[in-house]
Amino acid sequence: MDEIILRAEKVQKIYPGTVALKDVDFNIYQGKVNVLVGENGAGKSTLMKILAGVEQVSSGKLILNGKEIAPKSPREAEALGIGIIYQELNLFPNLSVSENIFIAHEVTTGGALVNHREQDRQTAGLLKRLEQPIKPRTIVANLRIGQQQIIEIAKSLARNTKILIMDEPTSALSNAEVEVLFRVIRELKTQGVSIVYISHKLEELLQIGDYVTVLRDGHLIATAPMREINLRWIVENMVGRGSAAAYTPAPHEIQQETLRVDNLTLPHPGKAQGYLLDHVSFSLRAGEILGIYGLMGAGRTELFETLMGLYPHAEGEILLHGEPLKSKSISERIRAGMMLIPEDRQREGLVQTLSVAHNMLLASLRNHLFSRLVLSGRKEKASVNQHIQELSIKVSNRNNPIGSLSGGNQQKVVVAKALLTSPKVLLMDEPTRGIDVGAKEEIFTIMVQLAQRGLGVLFVSTELKEVLAMADRILVMSKGRITAEIPRAEATEEALVAASAIGHELEKAGV
Amino acid sequence: MENIQSPVASSASAVAQSNRAPIQAVLLQLRAFIALLILFGFFAVYSDSFLQTNNLIILTKQVAINAILGIGMTYVILTGGIDLSVGSIVGLCGIIAGGLINEGLVLSVFGVVVYFSIWIVMGLTIICGMLVGMVNGILVTRFSVAPFIATLGTLYIARGLALLRNSGATFPNLVGDPELGNTGFPKLGSGDLLGLPYSIWIMVVLAIIGTFIAMKTPFGRQIYAIGGNERAARLSGVRVKQVTMLAYVISGFCAAIVGLIITSQLVSAHPATGESFELNAIAAVVLGGTSLSGGRGTIGGTIIGAFVIGVLSNGMIIEGVSSFWQTVIKGVVIILAVMIDQFQQRLQKRNAR
Repeated sequence: MDEIILRAEKVQKIYPGTVALKDVDFNIYQGKVNVLVGENGAGKSTLMKILAGVEQVSSGKLILNGKEIAPKSPREAEALGIGIIYQELNLFPNLSVSENIFIAHEVTTGGALVNHREQDRQTAGLLKRLEQPIKPRTIVANLRIGQQQIIEIAKSLARNTKILIMDEPTSALSNAEVEVLFRVIRELKTQGVSIVYISHKLEELLQIGDYVTVLRDGHLIATAPMREINLRWIVENMVGRGSAAAYTPAPHEIQQETLRVDNLTLPHPGKAQGYLLDHVSFSLRAGEILGIYGLMGAGRTELFETLMGLYPHAEGEILLHGEPLKSKSISERIRAGMMLIPEDRQREGLVQTLSVAHNMLLASLRNHLFSRLVLSGRKEKASVNQHIQELSIKVSNRNNPIGSLSGGNQQKVVVAKALLTSPKVLLMDEPTRGIDVGAKEEIFTIMVQLAQRGLGVLFVSTELKEVLAMADRILVMSKGRITAEIPRAEATEEALVAASAIGHELEKAGV
Repeated sequence: MENIQSPVASSASAVAQSNRAPIQAVLLQLRAFIALLILFGFFAVYSDSFLQTNNLIILTKQVAINAILGIGMTYVILTGGIDLSVGSIVGLCGIIAGGLINEGLVLSVFGVVVYFSIWIVMGLTIICGMLVGMVNGILVTRFSVAPFIATLGTLYIARGLALLRNSGATFPNLVGDPELGNTGFPKLGSGDLLGLPYSIWIMVVLAIIGTFIAMKTPFGRQIYAIGGNERAARLSGVRVKQVTMLAYVISGFCAAIVGLIITSQLVSAHPATGESFELNAIAAVVLGGTSLSGGRGTIGGTIIGAFVIGVLSNGMIIEGVSSFWQTVIKGVVIILAVMIDQFQQRLQKRNAR
């Protein structure tokens, strides 16, 4: 049996309204790669943040080498030897490698002047340990993403990290870079560094992991040494056996085709080969709810944004009600009957400085005119009140700031904004992200009502159960391609997961 | 930025709370107006000549210059930008108008000199101001030059062009010539209606139109949206580039109007006119409660801000405060205004929770 260096015991984390982690035990084995898997919202990031001192436990304890610890900040965790590398790298692109590694921990002479020579010497030593031919004085912006990742690791090592948490470290890496990263990880293991590894790419986990822990809905589901299990075991535990979907959509009539996409292609920016969208074709009928499932980076968001006209260099044909959409401008697409409900409500869906009413009206101002250039207060008021009522948005005054609403009600305002443009096709990117269960169900009901009204609803979700419960038909995307099209009756969790990993298997075979 | 990322938790009780806004929040929101009343009251009590009609008209005439620039500036700042070039546009437009009146338009190809009527001179001048605004807009939207840098560049360019036009010399005595049919320009600066100079009326009219545009037109609504969250605005179909461009054109328009007014008041066009006017205009906007990061603010606030600056300097002049101290006090007032603004935002956020 391997030695446990850090143990989380009965850890609970309660946020207002939700329990993110419930009585979770998690062992980190000395010098091993400890894998953490689960769907979005399973509690992986929460657990990770607790270990790294970003968040604190509501109850339960962390035991490091037999002593209980309670890091209150990332700096305290760092002092205990726990480091973390986030998915989005936290480097200063304008500074050199050694300056990055020693940022806020500068080696000084006389306590005031930075001793660049000593920093460079230590950096060279670290990079040698990681077998990377990078010069300490190189500006980080000039390094490839994979190399930058290595610099993050070096940064952790420079602070004497014993436990290194890596969140989706390969999401931006090429195959060759992944190989280098894995070599570095194996090297770190032999030096006694313990790794906590989080990834959605299941194939990858089989390759690098030693122990695997599966979380689901904030609960610990299973934990096992990697040699005793297989991919199927992970998938089954991740999605849960026999769990029936809580929501059953009301019947809605599926009518004629409303949207047809032919060979939609979006080249990878800055790369000679490779596509963000690789000849995507599908069709959507009026009154149909079409779900798109895929892992992070599968191209789901890019598909929606391309449909909205955000990428002028995309190729392929989009037909809305048989008419090809030529104009690339977003406002023209909206006028033609396409509307997006973006994934990130705060950054893309709402204008925080505007009121509830003004947010709701933003995309449809031209439908609320008094004369050619002047808005009609009466029409605005009528539309806003109607939608507050129809979508049962809880707001006491339509002129309240949007920030005073709960997440679910904010999302309903975004939905109302979209509906006010009278769309024929509604693109919903993770429409239930970050809202509570009750509000989720309300959003589902709204989706079904829209389908009943004859809209084509296209929605993206990383949550399997949601896709299975809501969609009449499911498209699975992986690596910018549509890898499966499954009618509701035949859809199973296993089939979706298998299809969503298709490109990744090929990748492994190719290495 | 902080605004955008802060997780917004709330409940029914929080909504109710923000409805019956605490008295301190109301006072904070009206702070510019309250400051104006206090200043006004202070000088009215302590100075004999402050309240004389003549002085109040002089004061308002000065305020009008700053306020008109501020109206255009408000649109630009609402988008999250800034326009440093307005002072130079004032000077350039003055010189253009002066040149057209005194020297006409020399068409060397045809060997003729064309003199325009005053109305056409003013029209052409305004178009020139809007063109400079358009250059700003193009630099900011098409070439993604930071607004500060783009308008800093046009600040120098426009000032340089103003100096080039007459080799740095003044166009004096802009009364026109009856034989050429271009008399009457000084009237803009010296004439009055119902006892109030034209410039005050222009300020009032522009303030009303400006407020109407901001509140009741799609363009105005979209200006606020762009400043609040450009990406969300874009995804809602707002033509961000065109709308932003128009804000700079409006600012250029307002600067051209000011250029005409000042040139007419002086009856001569001097290329250095309008230097550092942009800073006064920005100060008025900020004092009026418009956020420099965009998305929040009103034209009405800007007008009040311009009056705060006007009353303060007029009162201090009357009271015989040294002009050096006046400058110091103006700086202090601006910093105080922004500090109070930050305080209000924090309070609002807390109440929203």
